[in-house]
Formats: sequence, C-alpha cells, structure tokens
Amino acid sequence: MSEQTGMITMQLMGKNYQVPTGLTIMAAIEYAGYKLVRGAGCRGGFCGACPTLYRRSDNHRIFTALACQTLVEDGMCLVQMPFVPVVSRRYDLHQIAAKPNTLLQHFPEIAGCVACNTCTRACPQGLQVMDYVQASLRGDIERAAMLSFDCIACGICSSRCPADIKHYAVGLLARRLYGKYVTPDSPQLAARVAELQTGNLIADLNALMALSQEELRARYEQRTFETSEENKEPFSAIQHYNSPMDPVDYKDEIEV
Amino acid sequence: MELIDGYPAAMRESIALVEQTRPTRLGRTFPAMTPEQRRELLLGHHPDYKDGAKRPLLFGPNKGMLLNHELADLFEARPLVSASLDLNDVDSDVDLLIIGGGGAGTVAAIWAVQAGLDPSRVLIATKLRHGDSNSTMAQGGIQSADRPHDSPAQHFLDAMGGGHFTNRPELVEALVSDAPLIIHWHEQLGVMYDKDEQGNFVMHPGGGTSRNRMHSARDYTGLEIMRVLRDEARNLHIPVVEFSPAIELLCDERGHVAGAVLVNLETKRYHIVRAKATIVTTGGLGRLHMQQYPTTNHYGATADGLILAYRAGAELVDLDAIQYHPTGAAFPAQMAGLLITEKVRGMGAQPVNCKGEQFVYPLEPRDVEASAFIRECSLGLGIPTPHGIQGVWLDAPMVDIIHGPGTIRSALPAMFRMYTRFGIDMTRDPILVFPTLHYQNGGIITNPDGATTVPGLYAAGEVMGGVHGKNRLMGNSLLDFNVFGRRAGIAAANYVREQAQPTRLSLEHVATYERHMRDAGIKTTRTAPRILPDYRGKEALERYLDIPL
Ligand SMILES: Cc1cc2nc3c(=O)[nH]c(=O)nc-3n(C[C@H](O)[C@H](O)[C@H](O)COP(=O)(O)OP(=O)(O)OC[C@H]3O[C@@H](n4cnc5c(N)ncnc54)[C@H](O)[C@@H]3O)c2cc1C
Ligand code: SF4
Ligand code: SF4
Ligand code: FES
Repeated sequence: MSEQTGMITMQLMGKNYQVPTGLTIMAAIEYAGYKLVRGAGCRGGFCGACPTLYRRSDNHRIFTALACQTLVEDGMCLVQMPFVPVVSRRYDLHQIAAKPNTLLQHFPEIAGCVACNTCTRACPQGLQVMDYVQASLRGDIERAAMLSFDCIACGICSSRCPADIKHYAVGLLARRLYGKYVTPDSPQLAARVAELQTGNLIADLNALMALSQEELRARYEQRTFETSEENKEPFSAIQHYNSPMDPVDYKDEIEV
Repeated sequence: MELIDGYPAAMRESIALVEQTRPTRLGRTFPAMTPEQRRELLLGHHPDYKDGAKRPLLFGPNKGMLLNHELADLFEARPLVSASLDLNDVDSDVDLLIIGGGGAGTVAAIWAVQAGLDPSRVLIATKLRHGDSNSTMAQGGIQSADRPHDSPAQHFLDAMGGGHFTNRPELVEALVSDAPLIIHWHEQLGVMYDKDEQGNFVMHPGGGTSRNRMHSARDYTGLEIMRVLRDEARNLHIPVVEFSPAIELLCDERGHVAGAVLVNLETKRYHIVRAKATIVTTGGLGRLHMQQYPTTNHYGATADGLILAYRAGAELVDLDAIQYHPTGAAFPAQMAGLLITEKVRGMGAQPVNCKGEQFVYPLEPRDVEASAFIRECSLGLGIPTPHGIQGVWLDAPMVDIIHGPGTIRSALPAMFRMYTRFGIDMTRDPILVFPTLHYQNGGIITNPDGATTVPGLYAAGEVMGGVHGKNRLMGNSLLDFNVFGRRAGIAAANYVREQAQPTRLSLEHVATYERHMRDAGIKTTRTAPRILPDYRGKEALERYLDIPL
C-alpha cells in the first residue's frame, strides 16, 4: 500500500493520509496537519484524554487504544473518541460507610452487568475491568480497588458497555472507600501530627532558620544518611497494601 | 530496522556489557560527589550554564533576570487581546477565580470552600480538561517527614541544600511543617498510598534526601492524588469551565487583580470573569522546549501564568534555573523525553555507560545527576541511538534482583506498561535515558500564604517560585501544590471576605506593559500566552491556507 519507503497509509476521519512509520497515532494526526485541542492531555499515557477507535483491514473487530501510546499501522482506519459523559450522584465520603452494598447503592446499574467482558477487552491499560465490576457487585471493595488502581479514566470501557456502567466512577469510589476505611491509618503519621501540635518540632525548625548561610551549609554537609539496609523490611509486593492482586496480562496489548 | 527484543543489534552489544558487569555492581554503589566536584560538573555541563542560551529581561520589575530565549520570547510578546477590549459585559461574577485545574488549583478551590466561600461563587477555569496537568503525570512520590527518625527540620535541610541554599527559608518552613498535615488530609480523603500491614507508609529514598520519606501510590502517585482531589471538588459542587484558558488578567482601576479574560478554545469567544480574588495555578513550562530539549510535561505546560502575572506587575524569581530531569526516555524515539521516575533509581537501578561501568552516584540532586549523564555522553561513553541522540543505561533489572521478582510489575506498573507497549521488557533489559526538560524551579514570588506582590492575586504550585530555589528535589512539588494550594485558597477566601473591594475593570496594565516593551526597543509580532505548542507536520503546513471558514 505504501508508495514511499518508510511511509504507511492510514485513514483518519474518513480520509487517507500518508504518514511515516514509527509514529504514535497522536503524532500521526499532527503530522497530517491537525492541531489537537481535545484529544491530547498528558501525551504520556496518564490522563486518558486520547481514546481512539479503529479497525484494521484484516480483522472484523473494533480496536481501542490511547493515541499517545500506540503506533500507527498500515491500513488503520481510526477516529478519536469524544469523552464519555459521566453524570453520577454526588456523595460525601465522610458520611458513607464501606459496607458490602455501598458500591451497589451508589451505582445500581452494576447489577446489570451481563459479564460480556467487552470492557476488559477494550481497556488500553490492560485492566481486568469486568472483574472489578463483578467485585464491586459482590461488595469486595478491596478487590475492586486493587484491580481498578491503574485506571486512567479514559472512558473507553464505558463507551462499549451494553449495561451503561460508569466503570471508572465505580472504581474511584471503591478506591476512596478502601483508602479511607479499609486501610489502617498510619500510626507514625498520627504520632507526628500530634507531635506537631506540641510545637517542639517547630522549635527545631526555627533554630535552623536562625542559622547563617555558612552554618546551615555546614549542617547540611554533616547530615547523616539513612541507608537502605536500615530500612529493615525490604519492599515486598505481596505483603503490602496497594499491590496488584492479579498479575495483569499485558501481552494482550502488544499484539503486533 | 531489525530489532532484537526491542533493541537494534548495536545497542544489544552494549547491553551484553551491562549484563557482564551487573553481578559485580550489585551492592556496590558509586560514591557521591563532594560539593566542589558538584559545582565544577554543573558549571561545565548543565544546560543552564551553556553560553548563549539566555538573554536578560529588558523591562519590568525583574529587568535583568536571565531567561532562556524561548521564555524571554514570551515576555517580549504582544497580548492576544487589546487593552481597548469591551469589559462592560461581565459573563461571570464570582468571589474567587482559580486559573488552572491541576493539583494546586483544585486544592485551592477545596480549601477556599472549607474556609467558608460558597462553592457556586468559586470558578475554576482551565485550559484542557479538569486534571489534564503535570500533577496527573507525577509518578514517584510525595515527601513528608513523618517517621520517628525523620523530622521537618531534616526535611528543611535537604530541601535547602538541594536548592543550593537559594530557597526562601520561610516558604520551605511552611512546606516541611505542613507536610504531615497534608498527608493526613489525603488519608482522610481516601488517597490510596502504598502502606504496610500496620498502615505505615512504604517509604523510598529520593535524590538529595537524607531520609526515606517518599510516599507513593505505585508509580501513579500524581494520578491517584489528582483523581481523588477532582472527585472531592466535584462532590463539593465547585464549578469548572474546561477548554477555557485565561489569556489576560483583569485589574481594577487601582491595579488590584480582579478576574481574567478567558477564551473558549473551540468557539474562540472570549469570556469576562470578574472576581474579588484570583489564584494563578497554571503549572509549568516544559512545552516551550528550551534549548530544544524534549519534555516530560503535559500538552498545556506553556508558562501562561508567568506571562499574565508579569503583565499585571507581579515579581518573579529564579526563572533562570530550569530543571532537567536526568532520566527521560531516550529510546525508542516515540518515548523520547517521557519521564522514567526517579523511583527506579530509588529502588536500586544504577546508571551505567556504554561499557557497563557506573560513573555517578545514582541519587545525586537532579541537576548534578543530569550533568553527569550529559558529560558521560560528551566523553563518548554514551550509547548512540538510530534516531541520532545518545543516552546512558539505567540498569532496571537490578530492581527485581534486589527486591525480588515481580517488584517492577507491581511497584512500577506505569513504567513497565509503557516499555511493554513499545516492545521492551524492562525486567530483563536496561533502559536508555537522557536528561529531559522537567520542571520550572522558579516562578511568581509569593509569601507563605500564596499572596503575590499584587493585591488580589495569589499563586500556588509550579507557577510560584522561591520554595525550591534553583533546584527542586523529587517529591517536593506534589507536596508544594498541596501546601501552597491550601494556603492560597484559605488566604484568598479571607481576602474576599475582609478586604476585596474591586472597582471598575480595566486592562490599563496591558497598555502599560506594551509601552514598556516599546520603550525597551522591542518590536515584535509575536503574541503570548502560547496556550498550546504546535506539533503539526512541516509538510502539511507548507500547504496551509489561512482562510476564513
Ligand atoms: C512526568 C512528571 C512526573 C513528575 N513526578 C513528580 C513526583 O514524583 N513528585 C513530585 O513531587 N513532583 C513530580 N512532578 C512535578 C509535579 O507533578 C508538578 O510540579 C505539580 O504537579 C504541578 O502542579 P500544579 O497544580 O502547579 O500544575 P499542573 O498540575 O500542571 O496544573 C496546571 C493546570 O493549569 C492549566 N493551565 C495552564 N495554563 C492555563 C491558562 N492560561 N488558563 C487556564 N488554565 C491553564 C493546565 O492545563 C493544568 O491543568 C512531576 C511532573 C511531571 C511532568
Ligand atoms: S478501566 Fe475503563 S476508564 Fe479505566 S483505563 Fe480501562 S478502559 Fe479506561
Ligand atoms: S462491558 Fe459492561 S456488561 Fe460487559 S462485562 Fe463489562 S461491565 Fe459487564
Ligand atoms: S494524552 Fe494522556 S493518555 Fe494519551
């Protein structure tokens, strides 16, 4: 299909464009002369502003991707998706409890999930989206929080869901409930906050503020360092809060 | 080009050397530099000290401040609206206008409401979507001294030394003493930090810190904080207008700031906001691509707030110092400039040269670390890439060797996912890095409550200056947008209640600015603020017709 070497043809909003290989979809759209206003945010896979729908000539499926994180392919036929509106009931996190039915109460539509797995197949982050919806339905806040943690709220899942579920809003509430009510508050932090109220720590600070530049420099150079060995417990992915419980299968995303 | 598991053959040869030296490097870290060695390295190799890259600002309160040409160009530019714009028809009349819906802006809005403002009398105006910002992109973590053998005083020392003692001490004091309160607030809001079984935070070291005090949420720390804040602001019914950047501040007849002119990016219709107080939280400037460096920043990081505030008479500080993050991705080309979080080094990955040798302590302050990478490449010890730039290796597989298999996947999922998307397995292979434009160290001068030198105008977050001096440490800017966003929100709410008496709106300050520019002999057709960078293809622009449609 390509006429020049190193160029491929892609179809953008119904028109054919020749673009160099190796560009991301976002860079290809700009190469073709479009100035993005919507459809670009972080440009690095963190904000979810750039969801893209496309088809390939060799496959009947609809594919979804983040434009800033996906390379163009020859014969790709794509559109950028507008955002998916989310209108959901407001809540005051301080007034609600983390009960098994809390998520269902706030998002009754999750009961309508038909377990078609479309959301999981569509998620550009490779998350087990259906599983976190099902966990929310069962009232397993922890699992819903863990599985949805890497969600960037691109809305692709919601645009494809036959049950009109607002997945990322469900995940967000699950995580906030988990962070606030399920994870224990840090005892060390609580102690430090109390200590700050006594004013002792501030006195130490004021003493530093009173030093001359030279004295301060000297103090800086005499700092002792905490070595990583002092930190007795090495980081362990299994023993800590907020580590993914299911290994995510990223391979799905790098097909081709 | 033939790739073997993501890398061309020439790069694979160097990877083989990295693998060879890995066993002997484990547990042996290159020693840290002495202050003299650091100074010498910075002078010789940091982009800030490069000859000819900067010119002095020619007028205004900061006349004489040296700025990179790309930034100076924006100060020496014409406004997008003329001073004669009709201001009689006010579209929104509010108590508090917040310009910029990133972290600082959202925190300020929440606390202004907590301090008593009616949410419907607050307005957040932002350039892209609410939360499309540098805040969302932060990966590594946020500092706070909350363990027994750490203290705000120790945090103070680290921050001052990291900034080469150019920081404003009263701002650093506010930063470090509020830090535990901020983390506590986040805990109450349900931010899901990484914790151990007792609920204590899992802490990592960061460049230039003497204690492990980096709180993180996998490597999506900024995303996690930002989405919780956005949800909280939404639940408080705080109005947000998206795709509506501010293009000029409005003053009253006394020169006090009294709102802004916004523009709808799609319809190009302007929108006048009158406000009793205004907070600028527009973030950084990476998208100006100083000295042609790639950047880690989001699409809208174009220094708009600096330009607007300077036109209204606010003083700036330390904008001569720009932070280049040592570890931007250098390969593959599609990832160029994207951030490789410092946490990768914090967890044990060493930087090594093309021969697989260590050449620098992995966690020097950022400017020093970046300079060391630049020097290594200029000595011919970097690794060339097919797209022309060089880089040094970051030996990522060490993280799993030190902390156990699976650590990269669970503690650095964003990094792992990004490399996987472009065909590289960072649990098996090192990754190539080179410094990238990352952070605006300086900015608008404020007091510890976010008040600028102009009445009615507050600033918080990356756009403010002074707290980090000429070099910020990792984890102190997620902290600073929370600390100073909160302080500015509360202070602005008090100002609204107690002092603000805006009179007639005026753009006289813009006319004055243009006069100063003329007096300084500057003739230009350039305009500012920039709003968005332009990445359209040359080939397409060659045939661009600027016609009315
Ligand atoms: C990739 C990356 C990783 C980082 N990692 C860390 C880290 O690990 N730890 C740490 O402490 N810091 C980190 N930082 C730095 C930190 O994230 C930022 O400095 C901080 O979040 C800035 O917050 P802010 O609210 O001031 O600006 P932003 O979050 O950038 O928000 C500014 C907002 O203002 C909007 N805006 C801009 N111009 C206008 C205008 N004219 N009108 C209206 N709105 C406008 C923007 O669109 C944006 O939404 C990182 C930064 C980046 C880019
Ligand atoms: S879960 Fe849905 S909203 Fe979240 S990243 Fe995946 S597709 Fe996007
Ligand atoms: S797409 Fe909707 S209905 Fe289908 S599995 Fe996902 S949540 Fe359930
Ligand atoms: S632009 Fe943010 S995810 Fe693509």
